[in-house]
Amino acid sequence: MIRSGKAMGPRALTFYGDGIPSLKGREIKGRLIVIEGSDGSGRSTQVDLIMAKLESEGHAVATTGLKRSELIGKGILTAKQKLPLGKKTLTLFYAADFADQLEHKIIPALEAGYIVLADRYIYTLIARSTVRGTSRKWSNDLFGFTMKPDLVFYLDVDPGELFHRVFQKYAGLDYYESGADLGLSDDLYDSFVIYQRMMAKEFKAMEKKYGLVPIDANRPVAEVNADLQGRIDRFLHDGV
Amino acid sequence: MSAIREAIREQPRGRLIVVEGIDGSGKSTQLHLLDKWLRHLGVLVFNTEWNSSDVVKEITSKGKKKGLLTPTTFSLLHATDFADRYERNVVPLLRAGYFVLADRYVYTAYARDAVRGCNPRWVRRVYSFAVRPDAAFYYHVPVEVAVKRILTGRPKLKYYEAGMDLNLANDEYESYRIFQSRIIEEYKSMAATEGFRVMDGSLDIELQQAQMRRQVMELLPPAAAAVAAKELAPA
Repeated sequence: MIRSGKAMGPRALTFYGDGIPSLKGREIKGRLIVIEGSDGSGRSTQVDLIMAKLESEGHAVATTGLKRSELIGKGILTAKQKLPLGKKTLTLFYAADFADQLEHKIIPALEAGYIVLADRYIYTLIARSTVRGTSRKWSNDLFGFTMKPDLVFYLDVDPGELFHRVFQKYAGLDYYESGADLGLSDDLYDSFVIYQRMMAKEFKAMEKKYGLVPIDANRPVAEVNADLQGRIDRFLHDGV
Repeated sequence: MSAIREAIREQPRGRLIVVEGIDGSGKSTQLHLLDKWLRHLGVLVFNTEWNSSDVVKEITSKGKKKGLLTPTTFSLLHATDFADRYERNVVPLLRAGYFVLADRYVYTAYARDAVRGCNPRWVRRVYSFAVRPDAAFYYHVPVEVAVKRILTGRPKLKYYEAGMDLNLANDEYESYRIFQSRIIEEYKSMAATEGFRVMDGSLDIELQQAQMRRQVMELLPPAAAAVAAKELAPA
């Protein structure tokens, strides 16, 4: 059964900042929903569940994530392995990757009426950059070319809990996701917890500016999913 | 520790000298000659060139080949290239007292990205971390002169180089001409606000170089300036 409520009419593209001049005034029929959160927060699982539900209702759904652009994608990893990149360089690299997906994937899908589920958006990029010492204003300005999503959820997980999930999943910690490049502590557990707290603080600081909705993701998958799905359904059917 | 800090503080700051202008304006020739002169004077020199970082080279060329680049991604990849050279070389070398010679700087992005249709304010914000140069020389030549220099021998122009992505003309030479003249307009519009030292790129190379050296002399450290003053005594 396709239940398209009043929130599913055409709307004009809106941007966070300066935008992309050639896209100004474009209309989209679909909606952009973002799920943010650290590795191990259950993001990808939730994206899969939401996608299945929306598709079962008859919506066309597309997904997108970071480092998935045709233009750059794995090129960032290759460059990172070759030689360490500066923090502004890395932020700009990710911004280019993101811009490619925005223009070639996200916006065309939205114009065609898809619901786009973004497994991370610009907020992770901004937070990572800020905790590494670049100016918050610079990042906000830089990502001013991006479109405003309809809904943004941030899966909030306590760093201690996150540590267990990441360890169980990967049997180890990612170098950057534990902030090892920042020299926070010789102890990788401490480093991970401090880094995740710093990231959480940045997400908190972005709540108002970017309309992030924090979701308590310490709960079981099904409970988190019911919460998210409820909010998405309300938005799609009633526009709230 | 304090001795180390002291030594760092006493290190004289380097200088950043930039040349700008369209292809065929002669700016690279002038910068090359300036480089030779500075080395002769015993000044520490480092050269950095637009779009030359290894980090994004492969990606940019892939994007160009496949025609994937939009004005936004084109702009961001150039900014990535710039940031890499800036963070890796320019900043530490300026701190260490080098004369950093940049063949094109942020103004190239301001001009080209604006012509390609990016929001000019956004482009300036993206590059807002870049320090203002001590001297920015803009080599102005009429578009016909520059285009003639580049197109002598009818070289094969690359798609983006000719500005074919802008749909200015079907003929790539005509497109190139229009693209370059638009870039000149952008340079002109920022010359005053950005404090360009506008040079006449249609003069003799030797004369242009003498003018450039005279201006750079003010920036030299005392010892080098003394040598230079003797050698550059007005004829």
